[in-house]
Amino acid sequence: MNQQKSNGVPSANGTMLDRSDERVKHSEGVLDLVKAFIDRIRSGDLGMLPVAVGLIVISTVFSILNPVFLLPNNLVNLLFDCATVGIISLGIVCVLLLGEIDLSVGSMSGLSSAIIGVLWVNAGWPVGGAIIVALLVGAAVGALYATLYSRLGMPSFVATLAGLLALLGLQLYILGPTGSINLPYASPLVRFGQILVMPAWLSHVLALVPGAVMIVMGMRTRERRRAANLSSQPFGILAMKAGILTVALEFAVYYLNLGRGVPWMFGLLVVLVVALNYALTRTRWGRSMFAVGGNREAARRSGINVRRIYLSAFMLCSTLATLGGILSASRLASSSQQAGTGDVNLNAIAAAVIGGTSLFGGRGSAYSALLGIIVIQAISNGLTLLNLSSSLRYMITGAVLAIAVIVDSLARRSRVSHGRA
Amino acid sequence: MRDASSMTEKGETILRLNNISKNFGAVSALTDIDLEVRAGEVVALVGDNGAGKSTLVKVLAGVHQPSSGTIEFMGNQVTLDSPGTALQLGIATVFQDLALCENLDVVANLFLGHEMSPWSLDEVAMEVRAWTLLRELAARIPSVREPIASLSGGQRQTVAIARSLLLDPKIIMLDEPTAALGVAQTAEVLNLIERVRDRGLGVIIISHNMEDVRAVADRIVVLRLGRNNGVFTPDASNQELVASITGATENSVSRRMERKSGQSNEISGRPA
Repeated sequence: MNQQKSNGVPSANGTMLDRSDERVKHSEGVLDLVKAFIDRIRSGDLGMLPVAVGLIVISTVFSILNPVFLLPNNLVNLLFDCATVGIISLGIVCVLLLGEIDLSVGSMSGLSSAIIGVLWVNAGWPVGGAIIVALLVGAAVGALYATLYSRLGMPSFVATLAGLLALLGLQLYILGPTGSINLPYASPLVRFGQILVMPAWLSHVLALVPGAVMIVMGMRTRERRRAANLSSQPFGILAMKAGILTVALEFAVYYLNLGRGVPWMFGLLVVLVVALNYALTRTRWGRSMFAVGGNREAARRSGINVRRIYLSAFMLCSTLATLGGILSASRLASSSQQAGTGDVNLNAIAAAVIGGTSLFGGRGSAYSALLGIIVIQAISNGLTLLNLSSSLRYMITGAVLAIAVIVDSLARRSRVSHGRA
Repeated sequence: MRDASSMTEKGETILRLNNISKNFGAVSALTDIDLEVRAGEVVALVGDNGAGKSTLVKVLAGVHQPSSGTIEFMGNQVTLDSPGTALQLGIATVFQDLALCENLDVVANLFLGHEMSPWSLDEVAMEVRAWTLLRELAARIPSVREPIASLSGGQRQTVAIARSLLLDPKIIMLDEPTAALGVAQTAEVLNLIERVRDRGLGVIIISHNMEDVRAVADRIVVLRLGRNNGVFTPDASNQELVASITGATENSVSRRMERKSGQSNEISGRPA
């Protein structure tokens, strides 16, 4: 009854619905926001912190070792590389949210690049048809994993490990003895993967969009919450966040346009990330994904069709891996036996984990794929610039993945002890 | 969400079980169970550990399928093959282990599987509904935007009960709703059960606490070793109940009961 006065909330029509309990702290000003942020970090809710720290360390170290690293054109290349594995990583986020894993995304992407090469170049199909077939194969493989998991109780780890080998075998089989198919350089697909960038003006306009959307949506939510007598975020903080975001994006776009510009392929990755983020946070499907990842039995008892959720996640993961494979074929202008092997698998999984998606299920976001892949590709790009052999690159990337998982485990332990699940 | 048309006539039979049996391998957890629940009535299921109370609740919730027997709901024979079916019919359950998702916040848990506008979740409307519901239950939840992991046991129980009421069920089943609660919260939950009954819902409550059971139940159904073992009214004596639950008329509990009731009879001067 006597709460509410101390923190200075305007309460014209009495206490707000969600502010009637005096035990809860509510942050109001910028200072409180910073304090709340520090509290969150301490309790193990790391959010984007590992990415920010990682990027600062990486860019400092590599730009000292080789100034080329921070040149606009190198960063443009970096974004081209990000798009392929980033899309694969986006699928990994979906299965990790359920606490499962798909270890075969590398082979899946290799197989899809082989399908593109064989159908499009060797068999003379239209490129669109080849892409559709590849995507369908991806969806079918995902459905198979989901069936093995939910009908036969096969752990996803084992099912997809078997898939890793089987799909690689299939890739080698359909490529045949030549082992490598070159894709035509002048084709739109290869141009998309190698040179197409947005016009400078368009990229600047697009960089304004997130901030504008944030303001518009924020205002709308504010109005609705006010009308419903709920507390809402002060306009100042909303404007500040949107402002910082817009300035950062505009600067990034300006800097990239000093070089070749913003790749369309990276634009595709961003669109997919935003779409998945919407699906995960604003739809019933997304809510069910988090619920199944958090407590499968509870989700089942609330009437969620758990099998269908697993099916959708595995299918989405394999299909996105296929799409990533198609794009990496277009990036390299070839379908080869090497496509999808090596570090593709681990990079995709590491990116999701570094970006903040937990290996234990129930926590994560679509943005983690985008942010994580930038970190991973920055490391890989920097090491390539230093002319290190792939043996060293593998070892270093492996160590980074290990560190990312350790951070995730420790943060989880801390979250549990701070009552944050 | 609560329109009068969905209300059932008071006293009308909502749910009837005929000869329900459930076997887990060689173990028969339930044998030929008959049960009837009417609108506006609280039925207490009591019995020892392993008597089959929780199994029966799980059968009604669609978690387990009965090995044999029939279930009639609102006069029609139904098959409860999944939790979703049971929920859709209007059988809501608060499980003993609550079945909440700790990583989601209170609003998300309340509406889990039944979110408003599935293609563009209406968070504001859901939050308002959540607060109204929690207010109706006089619940003390500090914030509906905190993950369940940060709530205490009693608060989680409240969330679980609130969730079961959200879908405007015809029957609500509570498996040990007061086991983890303090004195005030227990009273609150019992009040809540009466409010639910007065709304015309059928309530099935499982409890080991005879005082709680007597306080709210209209009928007390005793299960023993997976079988029906008698139906009592709340004014049945403790001795009768304990005898029926344990299957023995002579044991330490009944002897103590006897002594106690003997004493209280002497004090109050009237038979129990």
